[in-house]
Amino acid sequence: MNRNADLALALLAAALILGLSWAVPWLRFVMTVALAKGLAVLGILLLLRAGQVSFGHALYLALAAYVVAFAATRVPEVLVLLPLAALSAAAIGLVVGLFVSRYRAIFFGMLNLALSMVFYSILDKFYEVTRGGDGVRVATTKFAGASLSPEQQSWALLCLALVLAITFGAFVRRYLSSPLGSALSALKTREARLEFMGVPARRVLLSAYVISAFMAGCGGVLIALSTRHVTPALAYWTASGELVFIAVLGGAGSVFGPFLGALAYELTRTYAAALVADAWQMILGAVLLIVILFAPGGLWGVGRALVLRGRQT
Amino acid sequence: MGWLGDNGMLFGLAVLDGLSYASAVFMVAVGLNLVFGVMRVLNVAHGSLYAIGGYAAASLSLFLGARGMPAWLSLPLLLLSSAIVGAILGPPIERLLRSMLGQEEVLQLLVTFALFMILEDLQKLVWGVQPVVSDAPVKVLGTVDVPFGSDVIPFTAYQLYLLPGVALVTLAGLAWFLRRTLAGRMIVAVTVDREAARAMGINAAKVMLLTFTAGAALAALGGALASPTTSLVPGIGASTIVLSFAVVATAGLGQIEGAALTALMIGLGRSLAVYFAPEFEVVVPYIIMVSVLLVRPQGLFAVPETRRI
Repeated sequence: MNRNADLALALLAAALILGLSWAVPWLRFVMTVALAKGLAVLGILLLLRAGQVSFGHALYLALAAYVVAFAATRVPEVLVLLPLAALSAAAIGLVVGLFVSRYRAIFFGMLNLALSMVFYSILDKFYEVTRGGDGVRVATTKFAGASLSPEQQSWALLCLALVLAITFGAFVRRYLSSPLGSALSALKTREARLEFMGVPARRVLLSAYVISAFMAGCGGVLIALSTRHVTPALAYWTASGELVFIAVLGGAGSVFGPFLGALAYELTRTYAAALVADAWQMILGAVLLIVILFAPGGLWGVGRALVLRGRQT
Repeated sequence: MGWLGDNGMLFGLAVLDGLSYASAVFMVAVGLNLVFGVMRVLNVAHGSLYAIGGYAAASLSLFLGARGMPAWLSLPLLLLSSAIVGAILGPPIERLLRSMLGQEEVLQLLVTFALFMILEDLQKLVWGVQPVVSDAPVKVLGTVDVPFGSDVIPFTAYQLYLLPGVALVTLAGLAWFLRRTLAGRMIVAVTVDREAARAMGINAAKVMLLTFTAGAALAALGGALASPTTSLVPGIGASTIVLSFAVVATAGLGQIEGAALTALMIGLGRSLAVYFAPEFEVVVPYIIMVSVLLVRPQGLFAVPETRRI
């Protein structure tokens, strides 16, 4: 699809999200969380292009969320907290990335998982600093200097989430069609050939890794600000698995996939948890199986196929 | 032990605990390793098989206790319950994974993640979320006084003899099976090169079924063996699988003796942390793994592969 069509679709989707959140107030929170996770999944999508799965990206999401929780008492300003926390996530992403970008496939996935579990247990065990499993409450914050009512705050967060989603969506779309993006796909097919051409494969992966950490960080900021409470569970390996799940559910073929997947995931989870409290995971697992077995292109792929078929007839 | 001062006793306990813990971890990790060898997919649901094995053993032994049957029966039941779990859950999961063989690695991995989510909730629906405790097998065997330097440490015979014993028998049995029997060598052949093995007339599908079922039973046995020493709660599957990932990655994929040594290393490291630095309990296995992989990127015992061009 061309650029204008994508932009129009993104704006249409944004309008739809705003409309729905206005009509059904409790959806506002679900939508914000879904967009936040979508941002993190956008990063997973970059790594998937390179054929690498990270089972540890919740580390960056949780890290940024905790930075917000700790810094909010001193600097209660969203527009300062957002870059601060996201840049911290990117900085840690750079350090970790220098190490993990040497590894591929299972080892890449497992090292990410291991490091996120290390972070999880630090959050969980050092009670004096992190309040352990109880988590940390996020202090009330201001938005561009203005104190907002809870209602206004939730609208502001949703709009911020939408702006971030569209910005990063456009960025990733551009990135993937750039030479650097092509190098990512080449890394997946045959890394040695990439090296023969003189492209440093490690640095290509590292750049994607740092960007993905930054986007996961942005997602973490939104989650911390909208849930107003952060716990170590954010960094547990199953939370990272959830991000990879959403990437496949939505479809890794387009930048719309992660957000579509995240919305479907959060809505299914909310409804399933309300209907069958102990079996929501089972329902999600079954959905994932069905998608993988029957629609490997994800929800986005299914939608696209339907539209294309409609055009032909 | 004199040189450790007052901590001698604690150190002894940590070592004994570590040995029994490493034995259970080895059972799970070696199963995971076998399955990865032939199917080339890291089975995330392997941890759920461990949990279900534990729950099944505990239920059977509680059932037995309620019926007033002799308590020693709970020991063979550990084996029986894990064989049942392996036989019931192994083949259908294997069937599903085999249908995914040609697909992308990521998708195969995610199939096992989906299975993990389903099994996690299934286990909650069947056994509830309250802790399940069944220590009949431990009580049957009583305790042993272990001399440790000038101290004497009372320790359960179950953890001292049975757990490491079963692990050693499994290790020796697997090594013999894989190297000396036809079926075992077929497994090795499929692990090394599936296509070449097929060309030699080996039924790879059958080998996968056999290996996966055996691996599932091993995970269930690990859970069954560990169940009398802890209380079973939701989430043990999730924490076990990451630990056995750590063992397998540290040892290098496809290594059996290596997995045993690494399980020992990680088991001891973790139980020393439990006694002397409880904050680091969860972190220790990963610190070991990360530091090993820094030096040897393919794992401690792996044979380096040639680079594909």
